[in-house]
Amino acid sequence: MYKCEDISKKLGEAIDGALKRVDSDVLRMLKVAYEKETNERAKWALAQIIENDEVAERTDSYPCQDTGIAMLMVSVGQDASFDGSLEKALNEGVRIGYRDARKSIAHPLTRLNTKDNTPAVIYYNVVEGNGLEVKFLAKGAGSENMGGVRMLTPSKGKKGIINAVVEIVKEAGANPCPPILLGVGVGGSMDKATLLSKTALLRKCGQPSADEETAELEKDILEAVNALRIGAQGLGGVTTALACAVETAHTHIGMLPVAVTVQCHSVRHTTVKFG
Amino acid sequence: MKTIDINNECDIETLRAGDAVSFSGVMYTARDAAHKRFVEALEKGEKLPIDLNGSAIYYAGPTPTREGEIIGSCGPTTSSRMDDYAPTLMDAGLRVMIGKGKRNSAVVESMIKNKAVYLIAVGGAAALIKSRITACEDVAYLDLGCEAVRKLTVRDLPLLVAIDSKGNSIL
Repeated sequence: MYKCEDISKKLGEAIDGALKRVDSDVLRMLKVAYEKETNERAKWALAQIIENDEVAERTDSYPCQDTGIAMLMVSVGQDASFDGSLEKALNEGVRIGYRDARKSIAHPLTRLNTKDNTPAVIYYNVVEGNGLEVKFLAKGAGSENMGGVRMLTPSKGKKGIINAVVEIVKEAGANPCPPILLGVGVGGSMDKATLLSKTALLRKCGQPSADEETAELEKDILEAVNALRIGAQGLGGVTTALACAVETAHTHIGMLPVAVTVQCHSVRHTTVKFG
Repeated sequence: MKTIDINNECDIETLRAGDAVSFSGVMYTARDAAHKRFVEALEKGEKLPIDLNGSAIYYAGPTPTREGEIIGSCGPTTSSRMDDYAPTLMDAGLRVMIGKGKRNSAVVESMIKNKAVYLIAVGGAAALIKSRITACEDVAYLDLGCEAVRKLTVRDLPLLVAIDSKGNSIL
């Protein structure tokens, strides 16, 4: 039996740590982008981003003031049991993890701030066994506001998918703090595609899909997006996106949903295993 | 890239879009909610909690200040969300806006009219920017938490002139 208090504590500490560290794979990709860049304005921005991430680590500071809305992807075993409410325990974990971070969560209509960064956005995936795993992603508003969904018709095919992503990134311009990472969900229904675009971002950054055709699509999207020359902070240059991850699901014969989640360069996430 | 040192007294009309600048001086934080209150107060003919005349506003909402520190991490937020308010503030004296991302045509027109400048900081460079802030003073709307208005003193803050007072833009 899982103790809810232990879940909250462990999750809280993991979130607190994750919010103060930019993913090391992303930092490595940023350094490659800096070396590759010839546009002096983009290089100006990239140098600051790299210095920032190193200053944050050295001083245990938040690399970005927008510590985001907390997203939790929970894999819970169908045989697992708890000594209380799992959902309450997860939100308590978020409360603990955000104790020193910015409180950015407000009611959508009254705009009143909850002052503890809860409630988190939580998705549950029920799996076999009695395990419990939580993937945490801090999602900032600047990039999240730039995401989008396109309900394509099947005839649009792969070219249509690439065009849809390019359009969304073009529209976003400098707003999502490029260089960005792209999570793309293809298939399922409108909501399923959107969820897939989030789970795509939870994959190890820069790692291609295990499926060959999907990996090919990821490469094609990345190439098309970087051809936009939006560049770091929208200042031009060769790197608009550092990586693109695509996740797919079977869909209806009459549908081709495409969802794009835009992630800024300040990638803060972690995975916590319990039990 | 050559960097120009600027402060609150410099002639901003000499700045050109694309110039890299290093700003040392005073700026006020204000984002969505504070802008709404500023504009509502101006419409009612009330006095603002800051003197806008010749002022610089930084679109930012920092993380909470830790014990023994001046301020939390403090990077720029997306400027376009302030576009509906910015012309009214420029008409009331605002000269320098600091944020990230594009502005709409109404803002650019008002910038030309009011001889204002729009500078960008690097989005997501919040820890680096924090290290350049030498003083922070609470000014108004403290009930807004991170969205409160604060007076910041900065030294060598790296910025880029995104739109100059003639309306030229690099974005």
